[in-house]
Amino acid sequence: MENKIYLDHAATTPTKPAVVEAMLPYFTESFGNASSVYELSNNNRKAIANAREIVAKAINAKDDEIYFTSGGTEADNWAIKGIAEAYRAKGKHIITSQIEHHAVLHTCEYLEKHGYEVTYLPVDEFGRIRIEDLQNAIKDTTTLITIMFANNEIGTVQNIKEIGDLARANKIIFHTDAVQAFMQEDIDVVDMNIDALSISAHKIYGPKGVGAMYLRKGVKIGAFMHGGAQERHRRAGTENVPGIVGLGKAIEIASSDMNEKNARQRRLRDRLIDELLEKIPYARLNGHRTERLSNNANISFRFIEGEALLILLDMNGVCGSSGSACTSGSLDPSHVLLAIGLPHEIAHGSLRLTVGDSTTDEDIDKVLEVVPGVVERLRQMSPLYEDFLKNGSKE
Amino acid sequence: MYTEKVMDHFMNPRNMGEITQASGVGTVGNAKCGDIMRIFLEIKDGIIEDVKFKTFGCGAAVATSSMATELVKGKSIQEAMTITNKAVAEALDGLPPVKMHCSLLAEEALHAALYDYATKNNIVIDGLEAPKADIHEGEEVEDEE
Repeated sequence: MENKIYLDHAATTPTKPAVVEAMLPYFTESFGNASSVYELSNNNRKAIANAREIVAKAINAKDDEIYFTSGGTEADNWAIKGIAEAYRAKGKHIITSQIEHHAVLHTCEYLEKHGYEVTYLPVDEFGRIRIEDLQNAIKDTTTLITIMFANNEIGTVQNIKEIGDLARANKIIFHTDAVQAFMQEDIDVVDMNIDALSISAHKIYGPKGVGAMYLRKGVKIGAFMHGGAQERHRRAGTENVPGIVGLGKAIEIASSDMNEKNARQRRLRDRLIDELLEKIPYARLNGHRTERLSNNANISFRFIEGEALLILLDMNGVCGSSGSACTSGSLDPSHVLLAIGLPHEIAHGSLRLTVGDSTTDEDIDKVLEVVPGVVERLRQMSPLYEDFLKNGSKE
Repeated sequence: MYTEKVMDHFMNPRNMGEITQASGVGTVGNAKCGDIMRIFLEIKDGIIEDVKFKTFGCGAAVATSSMATELVKGKSIQEAMTITNKAVAEALDGLPPVKMHCSLLAEEALHAALYDYATKNNIVIDGLEAPKADIHEGEEVEDEE
């Protein structure tokens, strides 16, 4: 990673050395199975309980409302399938949005194949759902609303409290995928009327392979993994003690300076957004200008394609991400960029840069120096740009 | 994920640019799928004397355009007609499976430019058909299930 400028913190973050240090004893020394009766395992039970308390406190939940999982994807799968199934006698209608992470979208599509009905709410040009659309989508058979806290691609933050209040008023369970928002946005599951929520450790400088689901007491859910009695009989399998400890430690570190960190990230993010838009013509910001995650800049450059842009940036030592088809493994660009109304060719030319703890002003300077040249180079190669220059801006 | 040759042709594209009074120009692909390729030919006495390209697309799309222009430069029309998408991909030491459609695009762009030349000069080139409107028509999209 030397000399590399890593601006893909929404994809994953490096595990903090202090987190690794906290985890290490649980591999070799305190290795006991937390389900065993002997002394060796006591320490591990305590470590898990301690981490559970930290997670609960971070979102204003109770300890026994937290379930450890293998990550955000499992938490999303479990919450959605488990709640949909537990309430199927009441109805089989689920409401979600068009811009969810695939962990939610593909789970909903799976349920559709199994007899459930799903409404995919559209979003406005900034990526926010309209509360009246949600209101209108509610039926007698609606049992679950699952809307993400903040979007992973364009960073737009939803008005979660408004959604939670509406769900509660209609006695519908509300789940939110908070994988990106966790430790960036203030989350209060009581005040926001959130019934279920998903988080992941590796987005907040914790280890990969561990996450958690919050489920409000009283909400019914089926077991996701069948086996032992772990996680109150709801998620069987020997606990990933080092991972769980790592998640707790990562939260502890992140919550100690969340506000300062957010302010710092916001300033770096705004430099990226403002200065890139100023330096490069025919570019636009994707997502909301203010209601967005503190670390997310997502900009579309017309006439060029995202993967080519990423390769050239990588050559210049900058790691970013794109919503182009070539980076999604299909022929279609990002469903999120299409949902906010971008035409295909503009969606293909998107660049997502997400800052993090290690990002400096010097990094931003370097990126602002590199990106305009790379964009210009690709535009010189582009037949779309050639046509645009010849025909003027009539399109 | 790309071979050294693909990276070389992407980083240092050969024959990138345009020919203002080209004998034939062909544009294929569409912006919806994320790639458009345009090839310009300068043909004299049945020989492709010069060739240039412009491409909107990923690394593989740029590299295949660049390689296709290299393969046809100085060749006769008939020789150029024998160059297939496979030949372009092989000359680049292979492409990732999801990128094979890029090499097809290069072949189609070349054929479209030759077709334009043939139409303008009222000649018939053996084995050359009118270009398809959309290169991706009929292409299978991978199902994730």
